[in-house]
Amino acid sequence: MSKLHVAATINGEPAEFLCEPQQTLLDVLRDELGLTGTKEGCGSGDCGACSVILDDRVVCSCLVLAAEAEGARITTVEGLATGDVLHALQRQFLEHAALQCGFCTPGLLVAAKALLDRNPNPTETEVRYGLAGNLCRCTGYDKVIRAVLDAAAEMRGETVA
Amino acid sequence: MTRFAYVAPTSVEEAVSVLFDAKGVAKLLSGGTDLLVQLRAGRLRADLVVDTKKIPGMSGIAAEPGGGFTIGAATPCAVIGEHAGLVAAWPGVVEAACLIGSTQVQGRATLAGNLCNASPAADSVPALIAARAVVVVAGPEGQREVAVEKIVVAPGRTSLARDEFVLAFRLPPRPARAADAYLRLTPRTEMDIAVVGCGINLVLAADGSIASARVALGAVAPTQLLVAEAAAALVGHRLDAATLAALEAATRAACRPIDDKRGTIAYRIKVAGVLARRAAVIAYARAESRR
Repeated sequence: MSKLHVAATINGEPAEFLCEPQQTLLDVLRDELGLTGTKEGCGSGDCGACSVILDDRVVCSCLVLAAEAEGARITTVEGLATGDVLHALQRQFLEHAALQCGFCTPGLLVAAKALLDRNPNPTETEVRYGLAGNLCRCTGYDKVIRAVLDAAAEMRGETVA
Repeated sequence: MTRFAYVAPTSVEEAVSVLFDAKGVAKLLSGGTDLLVQLRAGRLRADLVVDTKKIPGMSGIAAEPGGGFTIGAATPCAVIGEHAGLVAAWPGVVEAACLIGSTQVQGRATLAGNLCNASPAADSVPALIAARAVVVVAGPEGQREVAVEKIVVAPGRTSLARDEFVLAFRLPPRPARAADAYLRLTPRTEMDIAVVGCGINLVLAADGSIASARVALGAVAPTQLLVAEAAAALVGHRLDAATLAALEAATRAACRPIDDKRGTIAYRIKVAGVLARRAAVIAYARAESRR
């Protein structure tokens, strides 16, 4: 079966790739484009480890065919930092030690970014519901939630205690 | 995933002819949150996947001049939840659509996918049936409109022909003193599948009695149920204790559930009555506030 040509914008840069029809966006990000920050957890849209932002919505890249990305804007975890400067979420995850094994972390960071892009001042409950599609089997979620709330405060220009 | 071909037609006519000409099994792709999971797990197979999202008008919500709404078949549920007009007129339909899956799933999942996946537990379907929603179906003979409750015929099976697909959902105009509500029971608040779902749609008369009602249930039969007896128990009454008891009894009587890991037959029947009572109370209060 012939490969499909796809042109998209990934982390602000134009990107082109060839894919098989049955390859997912996750497959292409990791195996063709070398963007291995995005992780494969369940492969069925339950764990959120493969979260990316597709045209301003956070989605599971395991549930998107690569061919569907034609013309789309995609942000992966690699697109969060600006050069060597980490995103506020990344810094607060470090500050709070909001990870152990780290496998869920890229997905949590991307989902949290999408959440704060839409709602810069979420309540704790909104953060918990907003990240319900991201499973972590190590830390429990409290440190993650506190890191996101502190990152939100920092991004609003408020002093973080 | 096993191999398949992918095509993204850019017009309704092209999509119909692609489906008509398809060799083997063709599957329609809208949000993909059910289809891709099932293809990967081997529960479904496809020779051709037809992505509907490049067809103009498939995504988006239009408020119709007469007061109704048209929702494109491939509109993500998240977009439905963000539409203020729809939230005001059809809060039950919106809450049902927005209960499906995580934020990630909400960004992709669609009403057409939820309906045509034909799960007995689909959350949006009882709410759409209660709302008297119709689907606009495209096929080789042109377009036809069908009541939502005519689409699912068995778990995993619809009444659509192989060269037909859902273009849009239409919700009717909303009079004053009318509202809907959808409730489902899951053991936790997020990321779960309905043990029972119940959608209720009420229109009140000027004196506060119920002028018309629709009661639809999910996950208590092989398909969603539109329960005329439950609606009849409401019409002509306010929500007094006797009316709610009659609603519960009629709702329970209609249930034909299975035992499975999510709930036993007895539990599902009991819960269906409870959800009907609670959804009726919510829909009634909303209707009273929409004068």
